[in-house]
Amino acid sequence: MTHDEIIKTIIASSGTSPDVQRQQLLQYLCQIQHDLSHIPGHAITQLADLMQMPEAEIHGVIDFYSFLHKDARGEYDILLSDSITDHMLGSRTLLQQLCNRLGVEPGVPRSDGRVTVDTTSCTGLCDQGPAMLVNGTAVSRLSDSRIEQICALIEAGTGVSQWPAEFFEIEDNILRRDLLLSDETTAASPDGSALRALIASSSDALLDVIEQSGLRGRGGAGFRTGMKWRFCKQAESDSHYVVCNADEGEPGTFKDRVLLNSYADSVFEGMTLCAGIIGAQRGYLYLRGEYRYLLEPLQAVLQQRRDSGLLGQGILGKNGFDFDIEIHLGAGAYICGEESSLIESLEGKRGIPRKRPPFPVTLGYLNKPTVVNNVETFMAAAKIAALGADWYCAAGTPESSGTKVLSISGDCERPGIYEYPFGVTIKQVLEDCGATNTQAVQIAGAAGTTLPVADADRCIAFEDVSTAGSIMVFNNERNLLDMVQNFAHFFVHESCGFCTPCRVGGSLLKDLVEKLVNGHATQYDVAEMKQIGALMQGTSFCGLGTTAANPVLDLLNRFPQLVEEQLAHSGYEPAFDLDASLQEARDITGRDDAGAHIGSHT
Amino acid sequence: MTDKIRVATASLCGCFGCHMSLLDIDERIIDLVQLVEFDRSPINDIKKVGDCDIGIIEGGVANAENVEVLLEFRKHCKVLVALGACAINGGIPAMRNSFELRECLEEAYIDGIGVANPQIPNDVEIPLLLNKVHPIHEVVKVDHFLPGCPPSGDTIWTFLTELIEGKPISFPYEQIHYD
Repeated sequence: MTHDEIIKTIIASSGTSPDVQRQQLLQYLCQIQHDLSHIPGHAITQLADLMQMPEAEIHGVIDFYSFLHKDARGEYDILLSDSITDHMLGSRTLLQQLCNRLGVEPGVPRSDGRVTVDTTSCTGLCDQGPAMLVNGTAVSRLSDSRIEQICALIEAGTGVSQWPAEFFEIEDNILRRDLLLSDETTAASPDGSALRALIASSSDALLDVIEQSGLRGRGGAGFRTGMKWRFCKQAESDSHYVVCNADEGEPGTFKDRVLLNSYADSVFEGMTLCAGIIGAQRGYLYLRGEYRYLLEPLQAVLQQRRDSGLLGQGILGKNGFDFDIEIHLGAGAYICGEESSLIESLEGKRGIPRKRPPFPVTLGYLNKPTVVNNVETFMAAAKIAALGADWYCAAGTPESSGTKVLSISGDCERPGIYEYPFGVTIKQVLEDCGATNTQAVQIAGAAGTTLPVADADRCIAFEDVSTAGSIMVFNNERNLLDMVQNFAHFFVHESCGFCTPCRVGGSLLKDLVEKLVNGHATQYDVAEMKQIGALMQGTSFCGLGTTAANPVLDLLNRFPQLVEEQLAHSGYEPAFDLDASLQEARDITGRDDAGAHIGSHT
Repeated sequence: MTDKIRVATASLCGCFGCHMSLLDIDERIIDLVQLVEFDRSPINDIKKVGDCDIGIIEGGVANAENVEVLLEFRKHCKVLVALGACAINGGIPAMRNSFELRECLEEAYIDGIGVANPQIPNDVEIPLLLNKVHPIHEVVKVDHFLPGCPPSGDTIWTFLTELIEGKPISFPYEQIHYD
């Protein structure tokens, strides 16, 4: 097909009203990007005509998302995961090898248009990294030899679909199962059992069960699920929506990938249950672009559920129980994990967070009452509906009932997925995954908390150390500053730029962390970092900004000896190398006289 | 005369607007010179800074001479003040930071409209440009930041009199807010 035909096909595939089309804008753009490796100017013009919206707005959307490009990428578009755990597994060296071997600079397409090599934020394959995406498909366990093979395939022009299948093998690596993941549970709650329970009793009764179970949101914030659903149910409106947040962007988190790969039925069942309770007819799964390879299998599961009467009109024969689910793709924006940004993105727009309140339960998707929950929350809700609140409360602590699925990566012998009852100590987790000689544990990802191993007696629970699932282990050989620097870069890249504390504060912190890493920071800079961090925590618009300073502040507060060793002992050091900053001018003018240098200033 | 407070001022990469604003204290400059003695400053054209109590810097750091002057000020002044937007965050001159230095020079001296005898100047008398424009606190420690583009004469007057009297520095709302 020609470009034009592809664009016309995409546009023809949806409804006709400009309003409806606009909500599909991001999905169209993802599809065009996928088919053409960029979004050509005439496609923007066509889309703007069709949707009766200014071209500038479409440019705005394209510029917002990392995976959308206005200039052609290579025929093979490679993105290496830039997560700290990938670094620890050697991804930086592999990136260099890949670039050298293919003769490209990172981010710049090769002159023959064959290939682009770039980096991207965590791809959620930390237990089987280093990882990369090639044209949206994940390749795990990169090594010297795998990189050599990949280069050869690219030079030979072999289509990605013809590459060896083992490149694309993504393992679940479930190493500990508890309530949710055990085989007995799966056998005791087959597909549809939650919905049968709902039909057999009533939506009020089932909502009571969810409330009694004490289930709290698994995306990290821990809001009580039953209460959220009740608020949404009580919000009067002609339509309600259910949204599953599968934008698993927090570095080091990959449990939703596994749940969607092997337990998608339960997740969709939980969404359908929620729909039955709150009275929604439409649901969306917002799937991060990095997991695009899960799209087709997930669509197959949805179709199967429609065929079995578990989705669609009159679910399980119950008149009026109508609900269906559509999958929307993200396009490489961490901020879209924040629920109001996610809703904006679902509506086809830039993922800028909304002001809260109003909360999505009253004004969410299309300003209608909307429940947004994490993948794991919906799965747990489905199991609870089938097996009862008591079954769930039997595990966990009074404040945090049930279990938590953890994604463990970094310096341990057995990285992977571990499901534990809440209240498990970090020490236990470290023992089970075979972590030895541990220096620190990063819990809940870049936005989370850095714990020295001395604090390993603390528990995973909402009332102690809370996490959406990410546990990254660092042993004594590691320099924690590398981690903090990686996270500081991550937040600069992922800040949506809407509010100043996050946009500017994040950049200032990144520069100061670099200064520290390079041994030029003084006590003055430490005080500066603390002040900027506190300002970001206190004044940022959304959770991204309020947590972005955490890794820096944790380093300064909990690892003072590491910082001390790194400090310069003068009272003040410039932020940059004064003489080196004249190098460009020296090169341009050919000067090398005394005046073309800045001497020692101490 | 000898126990007067010594003040030096300099304009680095700025537009002299902050110095013009300093002159906007108008006849209060007569009161000011009862209290202070001006050391190096564009106001008196003294070229070399001596030991001072207060150094006031307008403008950001854009070239080698700016660095040299700023380091001299830091060495000689007990208290150093960043005056105005350019000193505090680079200001208008820092807009070149989104371009390469070579692009800027080529635009000005090679490709610009009406350029005769196109060449990038390389005389040793001309200070070399830094690759980026920086706020002054990225080169030396700064004790006070006085925002504004420019800060008004009244703001500067309030600041100087309070600093000289050793009071905590505070401003009436209208002197320090620009919304």
